[in-house]
Amino acid sequence: MSWLKQTFTSSIGRKYAMALSALFLIIFLLQHFAINFTSVFSEKTFNELSHFMGTNPLVQFALQPVLIFGVVYHFVMGFVLEIKNNKARNVKYAMNKGEANSTWFSRNMIVSGLVILAFLVVHFYDFWIPEILHKYVEFAPEDPNRYWTETVEKFHDPIRVGIYSLSFVLLSMHLLHGFQSAFQSVGARHSKYTPLIAKIGKIYAIAIPAGFIFIALYHHLNAL
Amino acid sequence: MTKLDSKIPAGPLKDKWTSHKNNIRLVNPANKRAIDVIVVGTGLAGGSAAATLAELGYNVKAFCYQDSPRRAHSIAAQGGINAAKNYQGDGDSTYRLFYDTVKGGDYRSREANVYRLAEVSTNIIDQCVAQGVPFARDYGGLLDNRSFGGVQVSRTFYAKGQTGQQLLLGCYSAMSRQIGKGKIKMYNRHEMMDLVIVGGKARGIIARNLVTGEIERHSAHAVVIASGGYGNVFFLSTNAMGSNCSAAWKIHKRGAFFANPCFTQIHPTCIPQHGEQQSKLTLMSESLRNDGRIWVPKKIEDAEAIREGKKKATDLKEEDRDYFLERRYPAFGNLVPRDVASRAAKERCDAGFGVEKNATNEAVFLDFEAAIMRYGREQANIKGIHNATDAQIRELGEKVIESKYGNLFQMYKQITNDDPYKTPMKIYPAVHYTMGGVWVDYNLMTTVPGCFAIGEANFSEHGANRLGASALMQGLADGYFVLPYTIGDYLADDIRTGAIPTNSPEFDEAEKAVKTKIDFFVNNKGTKSVDYFHKRLGKVMWNKVGMARNEKGLKEAIAEIKQIREEFYKDVRVPGANDGINQELEKAGRVADFLELGELFAKDALEREESCGGHFREEHQTPEGEAVRVDDKFTYVAAWEYKGEPSDAVLHKEELIYENIELKTRSYK
Amino acid sequence: MSTTKGMNLTLKVWRQKNSQAQGSMETYKVSDISPDSSFLEMMDILNEQLVGENNEPVAFDHDCREGICGSCSMYINGEAHGPVKGVTTCQLHMRSFKDGDTIYIEPWRAKAFPVIKDLVVDRGAFDRVMAAGGFISVNTSGNTQDANAIPIQKENADKAMDAATCIGCGACVATCKNASAMLFVSAKVSQFALLPQGQVERQERVLNMVKQMDEEGFGNCSNTGACEVECPKGISLENIARMNREYMSASISAE
Repeated sequence: MSWLKQTFTSSIGRKYAMALSALFLIIFLLQHFAINFTSVFSEKTFNELSHFMGTNPLVQFALQPVLIFGVVYHFVMGFVLEIKNNKARNVKYAMNKGEANSTWFSRNMIVSGLVILAFLVVHFYDFWIPEILHKYVEFAPEDPNRYWTETVEKFHDPIRVGIYSLSFVLLSMHLLHGFQSAFQSVGARHSKYTPLIAKIGKIYAIAIPAGFIFIALYHHLNAL
Repeated sequence: MTKLDSKIPAGPLKDKWTSHKNNIRLVNPANKRAIDVIVVGTGLAGGSAAATLAELGYNVKAFCYQDSPRRAHSIAAQGGINAAKNYQGDGDSTYRLFYDTVKGGDYRSREANVYRLAEVSTNIIDQCVAQGVPFARDYGGLLDNRSFGGVQVSRTFYAKGQTGQQLLLGCYSAMSRQIGKGKIKMYNRHEMMDLVIVGGKARGIIARNLVTGEIERHSAHAVVIASGGYGNVFFLSTNAMGSNCSAAWKIHKRGAFFANPCFTQIHPTCIPQHGEQQSKLTLMSESLRNDGRIWVPKKIEDAEAIREGKKKATDLKEEDRDYFLERRYPAFGNLVPRDVASRAAKERCDAGFGVEKNATNEAVFLDFEAAIMRYGREQANIKGIHNATDAQIRELGEKVIESKYGNLFQMYKQITNDDPYKTPMKIYPAVHYTMGGVWVDYNLMTTVPGCFAIGEANFSEHGANRLGASALMQGLADGYFVLPYTIGDYLADDIRTGAIPTNSPEFDEAEKAVKTKIDFFVNNKGTKSVDYFHKRLGKVMWNKVGMARNEKGLKEAIAEIKQIREEFYKDVRVPGANDGINQELEKAGRVADFLELGELFAKDALEREESCGGHFREEHQTPEGEAVRVDDKFTYVAAWEYKGEPSDAVLHKEELIYENIELKTRSYK
Repeated sequence: MSTTKGMNLTLKVWRQKNSQAQGSMETYKVSDISPDSSFLEMMDILNEQLVGENNEPVAFDHDCREGICGSCSMYINGEAHGPVKGVTTCQLHMRSFKDGDTIYIEPWRAKAFPVIKDLVVDRGAFDRVMAAGGFISVNTSGNTQDANAIPIQKENADKAMDAATCIGCGACVATCKNASAMLFVSAKVSQFALLPQGQVERQERVLNMVKQMDEEGFGNCSNTGACEVECPKGISLENIARMNREYMSASISAE
């Protein structure tokens, strides 16, 4: 399988892998949002879905590792490429006008990526690690109705809500470039469909993070 | 006294090339591997020759002064390439292309060479398409053609306004393939400084590595010069800044005769000079004359008003405009050959009708208004718009013009800040191409055995004037289809020679001379830059050896050029050293050669007492200002032998014999 | 072509003696520059001035000055080929600047394009990528099939032409924040992938050219699109997408 190694260590192969992991994360984010959003209008649905996701073996032992791999790969490769790309220009320009030819967020994916990474650390600390501890370390008894209360409680802290919202603004920027970029990377470009993809990308990049922020604010304000 | 043998094969014109190919000697594939060939220059001629010779199995060393073979100035050719394919079914044939070329060249080219050129023209198109050259196509997927000056058929193949670029990239691709295989060793940023002759044969060159300044010896069994023309002797021309005559001039000084230096093409459609700070002129493709109409105001006061900015071109009514080409040459109109169009523009400007507001007043209009409206109406009909307004028609028409010439219009606007869709272009003739060059026989070999010259560098098939879209054709014909055969005939003697050593006294002597000259330049305590002398030379050339020449002016030019040359050696300043890139040093060497060639140029013009093609002697014209050839005295190629000073050059005449074409007064009326 | 009054400018120019030497930005003043002059004519005037002062003129690549040879390569005021889009430096005119302006002039910056003097860089990497596969293997014979034997859909012929207009100047690499050469490489890959003549070597070509591109030390593409904007010939990003497809399908199916 040396061709496989060669392919995925080539510049274009890496680009593909970045794009595929990104597309996977985009889909994951959509379903994450869909589940979270139910917390706004139905405690019951939210608890049911969370319970399913949290206990279904297929989700826990097949999809979760893929997700973790996808997240880790996307971050690690993002850093590797950033370092390599940085080395491709060893002497910098004295005067450079990036804004004349590209958007700020397309040039600063690493910045938005880092903020998102920081957020994920917080997020893991808040939700994922307690979950894992709860289920696989402490083997605490499962209460299918605990999820909504636990989640909503987290949003009482205004600082957390602030960090949460800011991170999603950065995620939005990341997606504004990343969504269509992923399609371009895998070669999905066509004069008929690309404008549509661009439009969907824009809507997705703004609507989904805005939705997450809305959920956080909703629960925060509701609790006041 | 002549030593010239053109080696034209016997037999009927149409069989000469075939029978020659059948009879010349070949080198078998195993022996080709033991033979080295040097190619200097990587434009269409040099690039195609290098690639083809390497494909055949020779070891090729190719040299160019640019940083990549892809940048040779062939790349700037815009309009197209001729070939007698007759895809349009408009009566074209090999014979007609041959006839048009000889007539267009004002009967000063070799019949056999031109016929061969017309014959292989069709192969070029096939070859280029196979290489992936994206020529323009019609909606049926077949190749499209356009029309050029001096002909009445559509035989010009094109790739937008970038035909030269696409053809050169085709050559460059073919070269790249051989470079990858190791069959071509590419020497970028190298300049040929001299030819080395061993035992009476060309056996190598001395080259300067332009990055390190190192002087290098390179040997080979044959040397091919494909270094282009010498238009930059005029300082301002449409040639690239680096285009130079040095390789050709160096072999001339080593014994290669230089033919017809005075045959220079002044292209009618260039963007006029804007001022003294200008260093380069820009060509607007001749293809524009397919749709543009050339005019000046009929009344001198209108011309003055336009120059002073009181009136605009569009203010003048139809009856106040003088479409002088259509008036003088009704049969060919705006599509007369280049020399005729250029002179007609000069005549109007000299008479005071020029429209440019600069020191010279020199420019005429090239107007697309009529074409825009004509195409617009056609499009309106196609689209079924029956009562289209003028604005609608104009919009449709502008789109058609844009699809044909978009990149040229954009370039014009970029340079002049005028929008040619709304106001006519201003154009004026400029030096563009040199028909003259190193004398070669039918095999493209110079008078130095083993030294060949191809493309614009040789004196070629264009006679006294080249037709549009024929330079690309000739460069590729020489490189792809002629030289690779004929060089074999010469190299057949070298299959047992073995590698040529570079430690011979001949190499020592040549290298020493080159080093001495370089040392001279970097150590000369002068006060003036190289460009200062180049500009002075250019002014003399343009004013006295330009579009119109006379005995008095030419004699003055010869004396003045000599004077400038002497001052140059006394007072030129070349800053920096010879230990790396030194662009002033490069220029100094090239201008030194131009200063010699310029004088020979003027001498040749003085000697040729007739008007033919691009060479117009004021003493030889009809009362209407048309050129008058003197066939009984000047139906020959003037080949000059170097004897030290340009003024000492000895003239050899190769009589031109016309067996298939009757010499006529060229008429485009 | 007006004859307005000349401009006075301050130039900050990168000077570097050779590839080993340390370089630095130097300041020069030029005066009475005509707005109708091209940028390179302004550089000629600066050089004439430097020669007059017995200083070494600024070395820069330039040749055709018609925007087609691809020699000129200056990073002007933070942009490849300067502030005007769709033109090379030689076609940039001084009317795009104002009297009193300060202009930064730097060489292309990329590890794969080392500076060899002042503003001159070595773009040999492009030639090596071409030699790795930027061709159709057809020998010259005079017996090639007739040019009209294979009709080519006009749309594809036009797209191939659009890709083929690349002048190999390197502005894409210079502009890209990652110094990636994908626009250049993809233009050649696309030209041949779109033509019937290019089909035979289609897979091998893209694999070999990309391999060579990677070995030259160019960065990776992150789809910022800057290359397309600064490309003087407007080569489309569509070509990069096509190359990505071509590469992946060749990687998977080539034997």
